Amino acid sequence: MCLAVPGKVLEIYQENGLKMARIDYAGTENSACLEYTPEAQVGEYVIVHAGFALQTLNEEEARATLETLTELNAHIDADRKPDGNTR
Amino acid sequence: MSDRPDFSQMACPMPLTSHDTVQLAHGAGGRLSAELIDRFIVPRFTNPDLDKLEDQAVLDLPPGRVAFSTDTFVVDPIFFPGGDIGDLAINGTVNDVAMAGAVPLYLSVGFVLEEGLPLEDFHRILCSMEAAAARAGVKVVTGDTKVVDRGSCDRIFINTSGVGVVRDGVALSASNLQAGDKVILSGTAADHGMAVMTAREGLSFRTRIASDTAPLHGLVAALLDTCPGLRALRDPTRGGVATTLNEFARSSQVGIRIEHDAVPVRDDVRGACEVLGIDPLYVANEGKLVAVVPADEAAAAVVALRNHEIGREATIIGEVSAAHPGIVSLCTALGTERIVDMPVGEQLPRIC
Amino acid sequence: MKHLDEYRDPALARALLAEIRRTVTRPWTIMEICGGQTHSIMRHGIDQALPPEITLVHGPGCPVCVTPLETIDRALAIAARPGVIFTSFGDMLRVPGSRDDLFRVKSRGGDVRMVYSPLESLKLAREHPDREVVFLAVGFETTAPGNAMALKQAAAEGLTNFSEIVSHVLVPPAMEVILSSPRNQVQGFLAAGHVCSIMGWEEYEPIAEKYGVPIVPTGFEPVDILQGILKTVELLESGEPGVANQYLRVVRAQGNPAARAVVDEVYEVCDRKWRGIGTIPGSGLRIRDELAAYDAEKKFEVTDIKTEEPAVCIAGEILQGLRKPPECPAFGKECTPTSPLGATMVSSEGACAAYHRYQRIGR
Repeated sequence: MCLAVPGKVLEIYQENGLKMARIDYAGTENSACLEYTPEAQVGEYVIVHAGFALQTLNEEEARATLETLTELNAHIDADRKPDGNTR
Repeated sequence: MSDRPDFSQMACPMPLTSHDTVQLAHGAGGRLSAELIDRFIVPRFTNPDLDKLEDQAVLDLPPGRVAFSTDTFVVDPIFFPGGDIGDLAINGTVNDVAMAGAVPLYLSVGFVLEEGLPLEDFHRILCSMEAAAARAGVKVVTGDTKVVDRGSCDRIFINTSGVGVVRDGVALSASNLQAGDKVILSGTAADHGMAVMTAREGLSFRTRIASDTAPLHGLVAALLDTCPGLRALRDPTRGGVATTLNEFARSSQVGIRIEHDAVPVRDDVRGACEVLGIDPLYVANEGKLVAVVPADEAAAAVVALRNHEIGREATIIGEVSAAHPGIVSLCTALGTERIVDMPVGEQLPRIC
Repeated sequence: MKHLDEYRDPALARALLAEIRRTVTRPWTIMEICGGQTHSIMRHGIDQALPPEITLVHGPGCPVCVTPLETIDRALAIAARPGVIFTSFGDMLRVPGSRDDLFRVKSRGGDVRMVYSPLESLKLAREHPDREVVFLAVGFETTAPGNAMALKQAAAEGLTNFSEIVSHVLVPPAMEVILSSPRNQVQGFLAAGHVCSIMGWEEYEPIAEKYGVPIVPTGFEPVDILQGILKTVELLESGEPGVANQYLRVVRAQGNPAARAVVDEVYEVCDRKWRGIGTIPGSGLRIRDELAAYDAEKKFEVTDIKTEEPAVCIAGEILQGLRKPPECPAFGKECTPTSPLGATMVSSEGACAAYHRYQRIGR
């Protein structure tokens, strides 16, 4: 379950007593409720599900994950024999 | 999202009328009917054939085989970013005729209007149709208007039928595909469907996504000039590219294989698809065509399309093979192959 | 799209696949309990790309599929009432009840509207004070916070025309049911990453310990899922049960306490019937008694519901990973996405629909 998509916070405002934000998804904007991620700042990424931001995206962790995976990829490539199989 | 017309942008001012909304009497054949036809409809399409207002149009067609198509448009909402039901009604039939390799010439238009439809909405739609017909180079030569009780139709339904003459020697068909052929899409996918979906009442989307509704006869002519071996053309409307490819595969009993990242999609359309959980392959297009050509004509076809203002992002999206006849497959990012099936009904936004 | 496309990178995916192949030495059966992950696995052909030693089974992670038939039938009855604006996520609109579905109710004149967020339902309630707005609140722990906030807001604004039909379900009790079954084959779990974004992972630790299984919070893109599978395989190969978060950019140990607090204010844990499985104690959420005015099932007396499941449907066994969709005699024949018999064929992420749609070539 749980289709939740990362989007960038563009603008934060109040509506009906709730903290809300305009979120950017690659050029399409929609609004989301920020009550569960009150610390989110303009320019940060949040994960949005059914109109609610559930978490802020941890950019540090994202970077670390991608670094680890890129290293793994390089390692696997180096291991590859000329015929395409790993050693 | 408001669909009230903005008079400051209107090129054709609203005719004087005794009512604000469509009345049953507007369809009854008397004075109000005449007012509707004379003041609203005919001036938008005026031409010698229509202006006679006979029960039929008698036409001189150039020699050749006649392509004849009909379609009925019931889209909701009737106004959406980039166009309205009027644009679709003209372009839709122009395109169906053009997909035979024909030059669209004459259209008929049938309106079913719901009692209570604001006349300014009807006028706005007629203005769109006027502009679309001029852009497509077609003449509306005959038509009909009926009015039904409130609740018997959703504001306005439009039927258009059209004729055109097929270029000599051209016999396009979904059953013509051969192994080795290339499949070309003339531009970005899912623009129309996502323009309509994100404009839906109640959603708070803000986007520049607009319907791609457009006449395709110019693209078709460019392809016919460049590709003597052109096999088939179809515009991927309801059901999207996936449906059209399935129709081709089944008709020709061939396999079609597309690459996962070959189908071009605008960034903002992709963003909207991700948020709503929609697959762009199944979303309607109104200004794109799928063309299948022999492999050695593919590069030239792409160049010809890209030289045209509505074909700038034309690209090869896949190829035809003898393997798995009747089935469309997609090569995933992992290198695995999976089936792209016909859709089951309309795709709905999901949260799961 | 940033923070999305990177996790669809074919090179990274292939590297993870190679590492999985290098690590695995014997057969393992791994379950994901999340329809979104099922969807992603089928869409990218991940199960085809994995080495044959690894069997992926799909668990009851589709809240649409497990919503009890009685709830659906009651929802349909309420939706058909004049004066009601019935609102629902798109996922639920085609789910068959005993005789009907929301689309058919709409075609007979019911005011059924699809919403993307429960806040849209709330807006409708404000805009139509003369109508009763009902929201069908289904979902796992991911969706509960949003649905709870809508109800809390309604109460705060003193709206009297908003109510919810609640059928929320919780993951850990379902996991225990699967693991404690004598027929269980599952040796490791991918935990649903967005559920964990709310709940954290601590509630899985006692389960991992009791049953000696690895449980790995995992994301949804192909690279995320392969990362989750790799970690699960590593833990299985080294005989180390336990919880190991692999969706690091989103899941934190403590989850989202603010979200859980609002859920606790509005809902309470209860026993819940899972369609096709039966009642699982403590596996659901219902509206607290003090907020009964917002509980649609109390507000609208609905009697005379006769629920009937099609006899041939094996959705329950599929949801527990005991059988696969192609093993069902009705699969692809009487039961197809256009004419579904059970919820797992209707929901876009139900195992049966996913199998049908993303079929392998040559099947």
